[in-house]
Amino acid sequence: MNAKSSFTLTIDTDELKRARRERINRIAKWILPSTVLVLSLFIWHFYVTINEVPHYILPGPLKVAESTVTDWEILWPATLVTWRLTMWALVMAVAGGVILAVAFTQSRWVEMSFFPYAVILQVTPVIAVAPLLQIYVDSAFLAALLCAWIVAFFPILSNTTIGLKSADHNLQDLFSIYGATRWQRLRYLAAPSALPFFIGGLKIAGGLALIGAVVAEFVIGRAGTGLGLASTLLEASYRFNFGRLYAALILISLMGVVIFVIMSLISHLALRHWHESALKREQ
Amino acid sequence: MCSDRTSIENRSSLLTMEHIEKVFNGDVVALKDMNLQINLGDFVSLLGPSGCGKSTALRLIAGLLSPTSGSIQWSGGQSLDDLSIVFQEPTLMPWATVAKNVWLPFRLRGQSYKAVKSRILNVLSLVGLENFEDAYPRELSGGMKMRVSIARALVTNPRLILMDEPFAALDEITRLKLDNDLLELKEKIGCTVVFVTHSVFESVFLSDRIVVMAARPGRVIRELQIDAPYPRSGGFSTSVEYAEYNRTVSDALKDAMALAA
Ligand SMILES: Nc1ncnc2c1ncn2[C@@H]1O[C@H](COP(=O)(O)OP(=O)(O)OP(=O)(O)O)[C@@H](O)[C@H]1O
Ligand SMILES: [Mg+2]
Repeated sequence: MNAKSSFTLTIDTDELKRARRERINRIAKWILPSTVLVLSLFIWHFYVTINEVPHYILPGPLKVAESTVTDWEILWPATLVTWRLTMWALVMAVAGGVILAVAFTQSRWVEMSFFPYAVILQVTPVIAVAPLLQIYVDSAFLAALLCAWIVAFFPILSNTTIGLKSADHNLQDLFSIYGATRWQRLRYLAAPSALPFFIGGLKIAGGLALIGAVVAEFVIGRAGTGLGLASTLLEASYRFNFGRLYAALILISLMGVVIFVIMSLISHLALRHWHESALKREQ
Repeated sequence: MCSDRTSIENRSSLLTMEHIEKVFNGDVVALKDMNLQINLGDFVSLLGPSGCGKSTALRLIAGLLSPTSGSIQWSGGQSLDDLSIVFQEPTLMPWATVAKNVWLPFRLRGQSYKAVKSRILNVLSLVGLENFEDAYPRELSGGMKMRVSIARALVTNPRLILMDEPFAALDEITRLKLDNDLLELKEKIGCTVVFVTHSVFESVFLSDRIVVMAARPGRVIRELQIDAPYPRSGGFSTSVEYAEYNRTVSDALKDAMALAA
């Protein structure tokens, strides 16, 4: 009787301890980075004011905030342009990468014929291609889109290709025994097996699409075409408008964060039931 | 016992492997002059040391490989379109629930889930997995995954089931339980089973015929009948008879290993 009650007691305290640790972890996950942010802003602010750093070298956080508000009319449309550029590049990268990956795995001839060119497309620095595109493609947006697409497309292609080939061998045999058609194999076996690989590629491509868009805007948006945030940033630097420059930079970073969050969400939704990467382990 | 024996001999042939030779990559002789007859209703075990070509023989029967020379004669003239296979690993699709995994053979033949749902649930309860139809494979233990794999093999009511060391990766207790259940299911369904195993005890407990194979090159060196009647869930595994069979089969296996060495 006595032993039993002390036994339940230890379990309870253990349980409580674990619950408390869990709660602290949850709070710390938000509190700690927020504290770091506030502290850095303070240090930044006081460094700038105490040393009287001129704003065309390093604007203080207040100056940046002020620019964000006053230049919102310029910044927000630019944000939308860069966002559209990035998203279209990503969508096209997914479409192109997946279609080509399927073609590669369905036919060795297609793979042999086109894989080297996919690699060449990937290894050629996009910054070297951009000026050419600017000459051949009339629309600056379209030229920038092509640049961003070239950068984002390869990880989707290569990951999906590997994924489509990664199906379990015994499952493949099972499909043979049950007389599966090519289409059934692709639809019910290769595609689900490729999903985690594809998602991995998508996560990389999301970040790369933004980088591609920014690079393209730097090169193509220079000629006064006034593209998105990166063009705005570049222009602000010519004018020594460092408040706007920093505001644009922060917006680009925020966009990157938003893309990352969206990709993580997609990954979670697609894989949560079955893939190791999405499973929470019981402690 | 005697009556059982005659009934075995009266069985009609399902397939005959004649002078089968299988060479991989031009120089690895996996099977050489293998002859084997499998009859309807048989429970045949292929027993032999590692690398003697047991899996290769099974894959030849399944049509996953074709022989380098020799032939497999099917009694109906054509290979079965309703055989199924169970591998050493459960080989489930991790992205699909238990029920959807069992649905696979039907799905590949264009049958909707609704149309076969009752059969799926039925076979799941047969293998002791009622109420698990919506679970994902990762939520199951090794033994339960194997049961799903068996359910998938049984659900189409195949005439022939090929099993390649299906329980080798499981613990002893789970394995004994599954051996028992397998025999029960086989009686219920009345199919033919070709069962690959490393274990003398398992082969004696399950089979009415044991085919002992030797390696390098892979071939059949002995066939032994186990004349104990089914069901064997009762005293068979503790009987003197069982111990005797085990000795005989062990000796045959030792001979096979000596040949290879
Ligand atoms: N696809 C293959 N390519 C080349 N050699 C192979 C292939 N499959 C099997 N072999 C060879 O054929 C021989 C028989 O292999 P098999 O897998 O049939 O043996 P096994 O009796 O099933 O062995 P185990 O008990 O270890 O599973 C081995 O020497 C093996 O290396
Ligand atoms: Mg094997």
